[in-house]
Amino acid sequence: MTEPEFEPPYLFPDYRATQLRAPRRELVRLPDEWFHQRRGPAFGRIPVKPGDADLTRQHPGEPLGERIILTGRVLDSDARPVRHTLVEVWQANAAGRYVDPVDTHPAPLDPNFTGAGRCLTDDDGVYRFVTVKPGAYPWRNHANAWRPAHVHFSLFGSQMASRLVTQMYFPGDPLMPFDPILNSIADARGRDLLVARFDPETTEPEWALAYRWDIVLRGRDATPSES
Amino acid sequence: MTIPTPSQTVGPFFGFAMPFEDDAHAVAPGSDGAVRIEGQVFDGAREPVPDAVLEISDGDQFARCGTDREGAFHFTVRKAPYFEVLVFARGLLRHLATRMYIPDSSLAGDPFLQMVEKERRHTLIASASEGGLRFDIHLQGDQETVFIQL
Repeated sequence: MTEPEFEPPYLFPDYRATQLRAPRRELVRLPDEWFHQRRGPAFGRIPVKPGDADLTRQHPGEPLGERIILTGRVLDSDARPVRHTLVEVWQANAAGRYVDPVDTHPAPLDPNFTGAGRCLTDDDGVYRFVTVKPGAYPWRNHANAWRPAHVHFSLFGSQMASRLVTQMYFPGDPLMPFDPILNSIADARGRDLLVARFDPETTEPEWALAYRWDIVLRGRDATPSES
Repeated sequence: MTIPTPSQTVGPFFGFAMPFEDDAHAVAPGSDGAVRIEGQVFDGAREPVPDAVLEISDGDQFARCGTDREGAFHFTVRKAPYFEVLVFARGLLRHLATRMYIPDSSLAGDPFLQMVEKERRHTLIASASEGGLRFDIHLQGDQETVFIQL
């Protein structure tokens, strides 16, 4: 059973870019049994090097910003760990600027920070990145629009149905109530699933704050959601 | 059952993170049986979508390609009856899923195509073009591609 109200709709006019990009015709519903026959992509060609999970050590110097550990478990919706699956992350630097040339926000680039990482989950489904906390940044969706700080996540899982691209947010961010991308999820419990929690146990003294965020991919009992 | 983590848009700034070496080539161009597939992604105003990223897969084949300023993408694959296609873009709060059928395979009895209205089936079938195959994706509009519920 899927809870559709926890997923965003395709068309959400407050997020302007959906208006010409959301499909308007009815989507085809696959029979449930087909839904699970569709094996997920073989992502093995995407290279993962051991250093790829530490975004603070990809350059000669250390990036500016608040150093953080970002960790959690990847589970399927039957609560079993999703082992050895690829997790890709990308984010803005501490000043709220992406290294991507498409980003024109006049905040400084950091020569010691790219902001992209990859890792595979371990035998318990655990992923772990070291990075810096991303900054908020403006966008042109509406007057004085700012994105809350977030980290983009991309995950594969074992079937087509488990593919997930999403964003993780930080607890207590005052911009969250104003963000149409997050608020496209109608149910507050769904939005809460995208917010990490501060993790004092994993925080390393004199070194880095830790945030914990578990991710649930759709598992064997998932069915297409009505939308 | 645990509630699955909701989707959010891939946003516009993935171009420094999602590409990888030979990402668009599930098999090496020029290798035995390799076929090139090209296409463009269009929005509801028939404008090219320059900031989408597509993934196609079939069994062991997987490829990823970002669109360029003309909304164009390309893949190199070994022929298969069809490929699962996922589309990610700014403005797509969830990704879109569709299928791309290869025209010379036997399509008449395909159970998925049978589920689709006749007039829209063509949106799922690549066409022969110079040097390979062509497959355009229309996110919206009269030519809207048939998408699959996730």
